[in-house]
Amino acid sequence: MPSVMLRRSDSGGLLFYVAKKDLEETVISVERDNEQEWGGKVELADGSTWFIDPISPPPVFPTTLRFKRA
Amino acid sequence: MAVMTREETEALIQEVLEVYPESAKKDRAKHLMINDQSVTQSKKCITSNRKSLPGVMTIRGCAYAGSKGVVWGPIKDMVHISHGPVGCGQYSRAGRRNYYVGMTGVNTFGTINFTSDFQEKDIVFGGDKKLSKLIDEIETLFPLNKGITIQSECPVGLIGDDIEAVAKEKSKEIGKTVVPVRCEGFRGVSQSLGHHIANDSVRDWVLPKRDDTEFDSTPYDVSILGDYNIGGDAWSSRTLLEEMGLRVVAQWSGDGTLSEMELTPKVKLNLLHCYRSMNYISRHMEEKYGIPWVEYNFFGPTKIAESLRKIASYFDDRIKENAERVIEKYDSQNKAIIEKYRPRLQGKRVMLYVGGLRPRHVVGAYEDLGMEVVGAGYEFGHNDDYDRTIKELGNTTLIYDDLTGYEFEEFVKKIKPDLIGSGVKEKYIFQKMGVPFRQMHSWDYSGPYHGYDGFAIFARDMDMTLNNPCWKHIHAPWKRTAEAKEKLVANA
Ligand code: SF4
Repeated sequence: MPSVMLRRSDSGGLLFYVAKKDLEETVISVERDNEQEWGGKVELADGSTWFIDPISPPPVFPTTLRFKRA
Repeated sequence: MAVMTREETEALIQEVLEVYPESAKKDRAKHLMINDQSVTQSKKCITSNRKSLPGVMTIRGCAYAGSKGVVWGPIKDMVHISHGPVGCGQYSRAGRRNYYVGMTGVNTFGTINFTSDFQEKDIVFGGDKKLSKLIDEIETLFPLNKGITIQSECPVGLIGDDIEAVAKEKSKEIGKTVVPVRCEGFRGVSQSLGHHIANDSVRDWVLPKRDDTEFDSTPYDVSILGDYNIGGDAWSSRTLLEEMGLRVVAQWSGDGTLSEMELTPKVKLNLLHCYRSMNYISRHMEEKYGIPWVEYNFFGPTKIAESLRKIASYFDDRIKENAERVIEKYDSQNKAIIEKYRPRLQGKRVMLYVGGLRPRHVVGAYEDLGMEVVGAGYEFGHNDDYDRTIKELGNTTLIYDDLTGYEFEEFVKKIKPDLIGSGVKEKYIFQKMGVPFRQMHSWDYSGPYHGYDGFAIFARDMDMTLNNPCWKHIHAPWKRTAEAKEKLVANA
């Protein structure tokens, strides 16, 4: 369960950064992303998918969250 | 030699790796790649930040070097104790040329080596008592120090000393910041982890200190992160930012102070030059204090102009206009430099092998002078560095990670660059081979290279090295090739 730092990139997209793995990728889709909650399955530009139990209310970025590999 | 094709480069890699045993060959092959700008992710074609292969000559340093030498060392008003045997600190003392203003030994301590000089008995009985005595001595001899950091060397971690306890106790006693840094050399695969550990210690022991204090801020407060003021780099960068109307609150860490570090969370924007060594703390400040950060590049007029505009885009129109004015102001100066040196450097080919930033950052400056980078690589870069590098370099450029001494020599023999930029350990090998060389870690006793004023020095230095008449005389007369002899006769 790596901790992942999520931040907005210059272009407004979400960046998914795992320090331990030198992974810095753009998030392409989030399963649940609405007013009430944020989370579920998260897909990155490199094709990998990660999972986090949906958080409600949605977190404010940048923030650090723990993800599981999906 | 003309530009190599993909196939030729591929063949070159195979040829060089041929001498290794099977498993070593397989391992090293992963660290070499041929640039392809269509690749968006470096990890598909290059492996980085892995343990060096035993038995080969790596050029890397250790975590202690990353923390004491790079991140913490330049903070000038603190005393940085090299805790452990004397050698680690003494052999690296003042080698990095982080310039600063101050009276060394009175209110600044940058070039002095402080060490606990471990002896056998300290290893056997532990060095905590000695450390606490050492801190008392520092307080007596150098009362104007603003704080102390304890930079652990390998043995301290091996014997399990509790430097955190000493730090806490002493900090209370002397009423100053005392930071224990667990940067024992054996941690991680290179100095890179030392940067991270140092960043974390700043985060835990320094940044929160002034969370509750008032600060007269302006909307134009920025900090310079990851500029170590080598030969005055941070100064020549700072003047440009100030001309733009920004207020530089802190310099990390070249010519920096403890108080600047503590005040950094009050700025509006963090400007990050060396991404590798300070991205961690930038990310932390963004998350905790909501301060955005932006990477910039102050090597060469093209990149400087790009960066100034990028930085200005975070501020109002006044700053944006000022940025244009600054670019305009130095335009004629730059044109004159390029006009003077470009004809002398045009088309020359450069191979770079430096730490974690410059292989991609200086490419623009060389291109401004009409030169071409034909090989580049990092000692301790990570994937995110290579991601950023691919875009900067031309297709089919050779990229190497944690290059070994042998491979470096072989590549140079085959690629025959006109100039090599690398570290001091490589310098004399290549000079003896008769290849012009610049030491690109501490600018070969020159600098600054950042900013517009730095570019003038950069261009002069490259010309001075490349077109130096000495290279003709490096080879013994009886070893001269027929071609060289002809040339000599022709010149005579
Ligand atoms: S590896 Fe250990 S012993 Fe060697 S310089 Fe680094 S801290 Fe000192």
